[in-house]
Amino acid sequence: MAHSYTPGLTVTAQATVRRRRMLSLPGTVLVAAGETVRANQAVARAELPGKVYPLNLANQLGVAPDEIKEYLIKKVGDSVQKDEILAENKPLIKWFKTEILSPVTGVVESVSTITGQVLLREPPRVLELLGYVEGLIVEVIPQQGVVVETHCSLVQGIFGIGGETWGEIVIAVTAQDEVLSPQHFTQAMKGKVVVGGSFISSDGLARAKEVGVAGLVIGGIHDKDLRALLGYDLGVAITGTEQVGFTLILTEGFGTIPMADKTFMLLSAHEGQSASISGATQIRAGVIRPEIIIPKHSTAIHSPAAVPQREGIRIGDQVRIIRDPLFGKIGEVASLPSDLQKIPTESDVRVLEVCFADGSQVMIPRTNIELIEGS
Amino acid sequence: MPIQEPGKNTQPFNVIVATDCGSTTTKAILIEKVGNEYRQTYRGEAPTTVEAPFEDVTRGVLNAIAEIEELSGRKILDGDKIITPCHDAKTGVDIYISTSSAGGGLQMMVTGVVQNMTGESAQRAALGAGAIVIDVLASNDGRLPHEKIERIRTIRPDMILMSGGTDGGAVTHVVEMAEYISAAEPRPRFGATYKLPLIYAGNKDAQSQVQKILGEKAALVLADNIRPVLERENLTPARDKIHDLFLEHVMQQAPGYKKLIEMTGAPIMPTPAAVGVIMETIAKREHLSLIGVDIGGATTDVFSVFEGLFNRTVSANLGMSYSISNVLAEAGLANIMRWVPFTLDEQTLRNRIKNKMIRPTTIPQTLDELQIEHAIAREALRLALIHHKSLATALKGIQQERTISDVFEQQQSGKTLIDMLKLDLIVGSGGVLSHAPRRVQSMLMMVDAYEPLAVTRLSVDSIFMMPHLGVLSTINEQAATDVFVRDCMVYLGTCVAPIGQGKEGERCADYAITLQDGRVDKGQLLFGDLRLVPLASDQKASITIQPAKQVNLGAGAGVSVTREVQGGVVGLLLDGRGRPLQLPVDHDARAAMLTKWFKAVGLYPESDV
Repeated sequence: MAHSYTPGLTVTAQATVRRRRMLSLPGTVLVAAGETVRANQAVARAELPGKVYPLNLANQLGVAPDEIKEYLIKKVGDSVQKDEILAENKPLIKWFKTEILSPVTGVVESVSTITGQVLLREPPRVLELLGYVEGLIVEVIPQQGVVVETHCSLVQGIFGIGGETWGEIVIAVTAQDEVLSPQHFTQAMKGKVVVGGSFISSDGLARAKEVGVAGLVIGGIHDKDLRALLGYDLGVAITGTEQVGFTLILTEGFGTIPMADKTFMLLSAHEGQSASISGATQIRAGVIRPEIIIPKHSTAIHSPAAVPQREGIRIGDQVRIIRDPLFGKIGEVASLPSDLQKIPTESDVRVLEVCFADGSQVMIPRTNIELIEGS
Repeated sequence: MPIQEPGKNTQPFNVIVATDCGSTTTKAILIEKVGNEYRQTYRGEAPTTVEAPFEDVTRGVLNAIAEIEELSGRKILDGDKIITPCHDAKTGVDIYISTSSAGGGLQMMVTGVVQNMTGESAQRAALGAGAIVIDVLASNDGRLPHEKIERIRTIRPDMILMSGGTDGGAVTHVVEMAEYISAAEPRPRFGATYKLPLIYAGNKDAQSQVQKILGEKAALVLADNIRPVLERENLTPARDKIHDLFLEHVMQQAPGYKKLIEMTGAPIMPTPAAVGVIMETIAKREHLSLIGVDIGGATTDVFSVFEGLFNRTVSANLGMSYSISNVLAEAGLANIMRWVPFTLDEQTLRNRIKNKMIRPTTIPQTLDELQIEHAIAREALRLALIHHKSLATALKGIQQERTISDVFEQQQSGKTLIDMLKLDLIVGSGGVLSHAPRRVQSMLMMVDAYEPLAVTRLSVDSIFMMPHLGVLSTINEQAATDVFVRDCMVYLGTCVAPIGQGKEGERCADYAITLQDGRVDKGQLLFGDLRLVPLASDQKASITIQPAKQVNLGAGAGVSVTREVQGGVVGLLLDGRGRPLQLPVDHDARAAMLTKWFKAVGLYPESDV
């Protein structure tokens, strides 16, 4: 079983994580290896080429495409201001003069004598790439980005929406099975990462937006409330670019599900500290899950963050059941029978026995549990 | 290892390990020569590891092969290497081969001049090569020029296929599209520093201009025009170039694929292309019209061969795990619930579907969960076939000769090639069909989704190995054929479905089934009946059906039909539910009807239906 592993979500008080911060196109790296950066500090910058506006001059002037160069006032590479004359004809009678004005400010990028088209490009837009996590630059990839390392506590969620943000952790409920209601929100939570319990309703989400929280971490929500929040039915779980006013992270799933004890305790232990969070989720092979990173304010260089060698499930491991009818329940692995067993659907599958806190035990298909990883 | 030209020679491989790197799981199979024939002996699977945090597809491959090692007792791996060739009876394999659709498969953007002419031809070329088409840009697609440029900038395809114009025709529009692409400076999905592969397969007179405009900005490859004249498509040269570029450029950039390419003894094929090879082979060998489907976690691929023409489509967001939520979004809740004989409130169902989406590897644990999953599969299959029908068409835009008799029949060009009445065989593949606990469940899922007409045979891929056999057939046809016949293809049986509708309990047809031993089973099929007649895989029977006056079995209303039918692991399914299939609108009546049908064919364990 050397190669086998069971994917799970990491919830750990001690971790060293590295985050690769890459520009989407070549640019300039603004920091050097060994430097400490803040979450909101720019680490690299690139210029995104401006939008292109095609203009069919041949059509507008009523001339053949291979003649348009004769009518152009501006040449390839020239700058042009919005409403400046780009081309004009030279009629014998002035009344018939046609002037073509530039619809944008930019430069003349190309002129085609085959299609009669002129392409104008707007000035480039500066893209700044932020550090996202407070930490140390351990690698610089010239023109492309950096690797930031931080010693931290790490909580992975199961699903999220919204991009990277950061803020102080506020625990809004007293227990992990408490519902986060609109009344829990106060103005003091503006710009903070609010941690709730088992569930938040659409009213609660609306209140969170009104208060202006930076992020929300919760056990579960209803799919219909997610649809209302997004304004559409999410078909495929590729998220991270939504703009709903805050970043939302579910730790357990859809429905009312108490947040795992371990997750709630860990987040509670860090109340008042600053966390970097991201809702980006990509559920596919390998999987990108949302995350809550709470840096430890240490600048010492740690050994490179090794991806933990995942091993098979072992007796005593804490697991979460991830399929009905016991969805969301957490227990310990009691036994790992090796033979295939028939489940009520008549499928023959590998199972394991899970023991719950009340001492009861059930057989569950191995694919229907998730290891709660991290120490 | 030298690579052979596909399908030319048969190499003496005795032990073969093959993997398919899917979007969710990597499936490995072991094929061994037992006596004089090849058999599939062991199977292993593991999560695919092409994306973060692993970003190395070979880890999933090694995990899946490790499972085979455990089960078979054969030592295949030496650390991170596959032992080739065989050292002895229990060590190594002779060759390792693979297909891949991981990391979203091969994602292409295609361009044409007229959307439903060269645009569609380009789309068919890309789909046939195993790609997912993420957008079709055309001069007349309704988008303004700057919107087209913006779109090209934002999507990051693995490759672009440009088409447009017939040879010798006008060059303006295709050059204009080249200018848009050049202005957009498209970037590839993987690898920030390499040039995006771009195939130009349009009007050959525009080749030099396209070369001038795009030569510097993309890795430009020229191919013969896919639509040299309006009346003819020439897709093969472009498809071959897509395959070459897929291996040379795209695969080299995807995480871990360089290593994977080194490990394999034959070129890696995109999974759908490999499945397509198998589907085409079946159709050609047995002279059949067929529809094949591969319903995966992320996508549903549909293949068809009608009148000798092969078509493939991919419904990129219809799948049973990763894309399951999108099936709900596209089909609607009511369409899914119409296949479920019990009530479940909307909120619970929605939450369950989303929970499957975020934890895609889970399996139904209870019977009601299984029935819901099968209901969703029916809708995914149905929607994917609708999509396929819209693209598997005769060429559009060509001149049609009309005679005086056609005056009242305003048939458009571009009619779908899919004719359910001419359909001989449906082949199902993919997790939900291959791993259904009872084979009759797979059969009924396909019958309900596709509504085959008259007499149609159905089969299923036993444990999902068609991709592996597709790539295997390119290096050793004998091995692929042996395994396909003996271990892969499971014939479910034949469905006999009269066309027409009637009140429940009314006579639909009389039938007489003459078995090979001479016994005759006579009966009457009523509307609303679903009947299963046992007929084993190795048995044939002759069935004579006398339909009611308004009912048709392909020969005309009320005309008797006699056909030879083949058995299968399920048998002969007599479907008197009418075509088109209509379910009662009233919930209780529908639930009672479904329960009756499910019981009649033993769909689920009795006590829970």
